[in-house]
Amino acid sequence: MMRIKQRFDQLRSASRKALVPYITAGDPAGNTVEMMHELVRNGADVIELGFPFSDPVADGPVIAKAHLRALSHGVTLNDVFSMVSLFRENDNETPVVLMGYLNPVEIMGYEVFAEKASKAGVDGVLVVDLPPEFADDFVAQIKPKGIDMINLITPTTSDERIKTICSVASGFIYYVSLKGVTGSAKLDISGVQQRVTHIKQFTDMPVGVGFGIRDGESAAAISQAADAVIVGTALVSELAKFDQEGEACMQRVGSRVSEMRNAMDNR
Amino acid sequence: MSDQSKSQKTLDKETYQQPDNSGHFGQFGGRYVAETLTSALQELEATYRELWRDSTFQADFDRDLAHFVGRPSPLYHAERLSEKLGGAQIYLKREDLNHTGAHKINHAVGQALLAKHMGKTRIIAETGAGQHGVATATVAARLGLECVVYMGAKDVERQALNVYRMKLLGATVIPVTSGSQTLKDAINEALRDWVARPEETFYILGTVCGPHPYPEMVRDFQSIIGREAKQQCQEMTGKLPDALVACVGGGSNAMGLFYEFIDDQDVKIYGVEAGGLGIESGEHAARMAGDRKGVFQGQRSFLMCDDDGQITESYSVSAGLDYPGVGPEHSYLREIGRAEYVYATDDEALAAFRNLTRMEGIMPALESSHALAYVEKLAPTLEKDQVIVVNLSGRGDKDIHTVAAIDGLALDGKSGLQG
Repeated sequence: MMRIKQRFDQLRSASRKALVPYITAGDPAGNTVEMMHELVRNGADVIELGFPFSDPVADGPVIAKAHLRALSHGVTLNDVFSMVSLFRENDNETPVVLMGYLNPVEIMGYEVFAEKASKAGVDGVLVVDLPPEFADDFVAQIKPKGIDMINLITPTTSDERIKTICSVASGFIYYVSLKGVTGSAKLDISGVQQRVTHIKQFTDMPVGVGFGIRDGESAAAISQAADAVIVGTALVSELAKFDQEGEACMQRVGSRVSEMRNAMDNR
Repeated sequence: MSDQSKSQKTLDKETYQQPDNSGHFGQFGGRYVAETLTSALQELEATYRELWRDSTFQADFDRDLAHFVGRPSPLYHAERLSEKLGGAQIYLKREDLNHTGAHKINHAVGQALLAKHMGKTRIIAETGAGQHGVATATVAARLGLECVVYMGAKDVERQALNVYRMKLLGATVIPVTSGSQTLKDAINEALRDWVARPEETFYILGTVCGPHPYPEMVRDFQSIIGREAKQQCQEMTGKLPDALVACVGGGSNAMGLFYEFIDDQDVKIYGVEAGGLGIESGEHAARMAGDRKGVFQGQRSFLMCDDDGQITESYSVSAGLDYPGVGPEHSYLREIGRAEYVYATDDEALAAFRNLTRMEGIMPALESSHALAYVEKLAPTLEKDQVIVVNLSGRGDKDIHTVAAIDGLALDGKSGLQG
């Protein structure tokens, strides 16, 4: 099943842009699946689900802490697959992209990972520290299972590398809209628009933009150029308050997603 | 010293050519990083490739090694220790006599020259015990560059003296409070900094780990140790050593000694990891003993992680060996059988620290003491005309507080020795 392609095809014919919220599996503990449904109810088109790693070096402090919270709850890669399976019991439409780091995948083994991910109903995988030139063995395991390989492109990626990345990637391209880690400084919106237009010369795949989108306004602005708006830190920073505030913070995540959805649809 | 011992790579290795173009040493190494770091690493690799073969750069590097670092470092025949152990003759490569007291200054000088050539205005580094941080702050001060050193919050507490040294040198020390608050987290934080400000920043990484080209580049800058040792050994003993011994944390001092000898198949090579409280205790940093391979901080190598791939915390009495990863070239040398990796426990290293101090009047770093601990086992198994060269990678002054605490003494700046 190619849920990602189907979803982007539907959106294109409806002239809408995809909203892709990110949360880390296991943060908060025990509520991840509920949170995923809440994201969909508030307008998420694709869910990006982080699988935790002890050393998430490409992430800023907000998401890095979410990884460590999830690990302190004992969340393993197998638990993440169970969460996706459980989510699929009530939602067989919304694509789920797993995002994380290579070592847990290496230790599990690419073949076992692909088998389990496919069985759970995972649609795409973004392995942050697996660059395209070393990804052949991994892609050879996930592609036959219908799982997309999502890759990053950054403001400093050369044209030559953009070509390489587009030849490996499928599903959509994830454009990192600014230098730095997740949750870093302010967006240069016109710069992002130019860059997305440039990337689109190399591929027919949808281009999503992430890093630095915080609210309805920035989501709406980015959605003018991009096919998808990816938002993580702004949501995860709410979930960080779960221990003090409980499920109220999950509702606030829902309202934030809803605000972005409305801003994107009514721009 | 003749020209051969200077830092020029006089000849390419005839049979050993590692890493390959993608930065792999066999299956190990590589550049497993987020796309956000790739262009900065490509720029570094291109500059390094150009300059390492450039005669002006080499002349500058040689001059700095001679007049700023104080090279060549002596090869010292430890006669009393050799006599006591009753076997092979033991020679110490005295990296402890370098400026700032350890081998770290060799690669810090080299990387600083690269930074200057690339027009970078800002130097960042990570440090564990503080030796690499001090070396980096030193070269940054000399070049007048801004310097930021990331250091685990726990290490900032444990290594107050080195923190103050860095501050005196003008560096900003940033305590890292994420994760385990030790060396691996300091590296993560330095990488995050670099990703955010790549144009003006040069990351001086402190060992033969991390993404390509660091393992190769740091090795090359450190390889002066082995080139000098080879010539000195031939001059002093008329032959090559029978065995080399060095401690292995990330592995920079060890690669520096080993690299020149890789094609000399009769020279046995031993890397000594930190056995901590013993392998069975789980409290150690003997990555090779665990037989687990994976990807961490940009490289594929042996490492310490759990069954779910999460990096686990290492332990050693010696902060410089307390790291869950190891340089990919060491993993490769082990896999092809060229080097053997063993370990020494905290207790063995402390005993070796005391032995060398009392028998030779040389106080070794606790890191180097792990190599000496293995020498104490190896030497008696060899003949008296055989030669072991051991890398004395640093001096022990920085460890006096640790050793005193183990002896039940508290060294206090105000009231002196108490206990």
